[in-house]
Amino acid sequence: MKVGFFVPCYIDAIHPKAAISTYELLKKLGLDVEFIERGACCALPELDMGFLKHACTLEKGIAPLVVDKGYDYVVVPSGICTDQFRSHFDGVEQTPEVVQFRKTVMDPVEFLHDVLKITELPGKPSFPHRVALHNGCHSLRYLLEARPSELMIKPFDKCADLLRLVDGLEVGYATRRDECCGFGGTYAIWDASCSGQQGRDKVSDYDRNGFKYVTSQDMSCMIHQQTVARKIGLDLKMFYITELLNGDAQP
Amino acid sequence: MRQVNQVKLGEEFIKSRAHREMHDRCLWAARMRRDAVAASIPEWEEMRELASEIKLHTLSNLDFYLEQFTANAEANGIHVHWARNADEHNAIILEIFKSHGVKVVTKGKSMTMDECGMREFMAKHGIEINEADLGERIQQLDNQRPSHIVMPAIHKLRSDVADLFARKLGSDRDIDDPHYLNSVMRADMRKRYCQVDAGMSGVNFGIAETGGIVVCTNEGNADISANLPPLYVATMGLEKLIPRQSDLPLFIRLLSRSALGLDMTQYTSHYHHPRQGQEMHLIILDNGRSERLSSPDYWPVLKCIRCGACMNTCPVFRRTSGISYDAIYMGPIGIVLEPSYDLYKYARLPYSCTHCGSCGDVCPVKVPIPELVFYWRSVVVDHNDELFTHNAEETLAEPILESAGNLAKAEKVGLWALRHIPKSIAESGLNPWAEAHDDPEPPEETFRQYYNRVIKPESDKDTPKEQS
Repeated sequence: MKVGFFVPCYIDAIHPKAAISTYELLKKLGLDVEFIERGACCALPELDMGFLKHACTLEKGIAPLVVDKGYDYVVVPSGICTDQFRSHFDGVEQTPEVVQFRKTVMDPVEFLHDVLKITELPGKPSFPHRVALHNGCHSLRYLLEARPSELMIKPFDKCADLLRLVDGLEVGYATRRDECCGFGGTYAIWDASCSGQQGRDKVSDYDRNGFKYVTSQDMSCMIHQQTVARKIGLDLKMFYITELLNGDAQP
Repeated sequence: MRQVNQVKLGEEFIKSRAHREMHDRCLWAARMRRDAVAASIPEWEEMRELASEIKLHTLSNLDFYLEQFTANAEANGIHVHWARNADEHNAIILEIFKSHGVKVVTKGKSMTMDECGMREFMAKHGIEINEADLGERIQQLDNQRPSHIVMPAIHKLRSDVADLFARKLGSDRDIDDPHYLNSVMRADMRKRYCQVDAGMSGVNFGIAETGGIVVCTNEGNADISANLPPLYVATMGLEKLIPRQSDLPLFIRLLSRSALGLDMTQYTSHYHHPRQGQEMHLIILDNGRSERLSSPDYWPVLKCIRCGACMNTCPVFRRTSGISYDAIYMGPIGIVLEPSYDLYKYARLPYSCTHCGSCGDVCPVKVPIPELVFYWRSVVVDHNDELFTHNAEETLAEPILESAGNLAKAEKVGLWALRHIPKSIAESGLNPWAEAHDDPEPPEETFRQYYNRVIKPESDKDTPKEQS
């Protein structure tokens, strides 16, 4: 199985550990992984602000990197960027190849849970701690990686299923388990006061519940929450989910 | 005219901790009650889908249903009027009031009448309109718009209400007991009810098959307005129709559960014809609705049944309150409705959203609010010249680009800056990110650098070089 590995801009620059852990985990699982060297911004910030023409230009640049390259899947270690490709990548002509790309582009959670259907992790990682799971809004409500609390459907949680494969790890949640943490991409800058308040409410919720560690399939939420927590002096450590799955998370 | 700045107004509310925490707690509690009652109905998701389909069907055949409704309503003795816009709406009602010598009116809650500025218009013509809904009356006394479509004064603390009543109704400022405050209001309103010339209300559902209207309230404010005076005037947005009486229970089951987490509104009142000796008028209002219906991207917004569930769940609304939207409709549905009334004034509202998607998932009729937010943002950018004094990219993206370092727009510059720019400068106020966030810890190397240092040499070693 050949996997294209697309590393989003903010992962590359701010939290490259998310990409490194994901890459190494996929290699350990015996996959042929090819880093898409020219990949960078998925066009979400442009789309988010309403600059459709700019988004379209970026998408036209991305399409030749991911379409028709012989990839069975393209893995993107970021839920928001995966959703951008899946739900909004329509600034380019929707050829059968583009449609196929949009179906097979996945974040690591979907890929490990739904495609590889892994039941054990290579290297038997261990993390004997309680960890709060934050399902990022895009992964939760647009990629449907867990049951959003609003929907009255059968409960499921793909991240929790994967995290339970880590030895000793106990999965927990904030009291408001899937309320938005206020990152919202460009929103965190556009409305810094409300975004900050949401962030403080979220990290205080973990703190009240006695959590020291938090993980998510969306590193963007984690960067936001981590820096908000540090600003108000809360001792919380945030990980991208594959850092735990690959045994890279240090307590 | 000025543009509404929800961010700035919201910041003021956020700073008042007592208000913010009370507001957030009350509305989150409503959302939790909604979850609990929805979970108790096994067919909840099927109900949402069915309600959405009925609304889409009705909107797709609205000309037919409007004619059917009107014919039936008129046959039942209701005077039906058509208003293209707010001005026509107000003029029609003024004419009715003048011909009946109306001076004092009691009114049930109606967002549609608020949309027309009806109360202010009537005040100019010497007609006194008293709100019969407690929250709405509080807001009227305070000369402030409702902050929520079903809980108009939810942003006020009890002490705010005690203070207001002391000023306006002469009650004891130091007593903020809800029972006391209620009794003060009741005593004041009862005497007004006894001398009204006309009553008014909004409409929740119009039933095409019967020509009847249905009004849902929890305080009976529509009932006292409709049943006491000899003249009753109701206003209905033209999207409020449903085809059959038998479609109604589905919507009644969804409405109050979504709005407040209650099984049903306390009063679900059906008016099919004037009672004996009474005259009943119904104004059907367009005010931009038929134009919205003609937009292929935007028309599903007309499915909205005005329950307010999107507001209760919105993380931004709960922390900033409806007052910060400075608009008739607020919260998630507000930020996608208001730009259709006045694009210039409300151009910034669609940006007051984190795209968490919760509003779309609680909506009982599946209005695709998150998609409509994207839609409006692109419309705003397209109308750059009319909306902004300078380039939209500067106006909208400037604060984003200022923080390029943090958002990794320019990786190298950003990382260099993170390592080298002193905090005092980074947090000097030029950088909105720094208000709430500490700097991210700069990594030792990017993934790309790691790839070139570690992965690439490994894989080059594995791949045998071709002999040239």
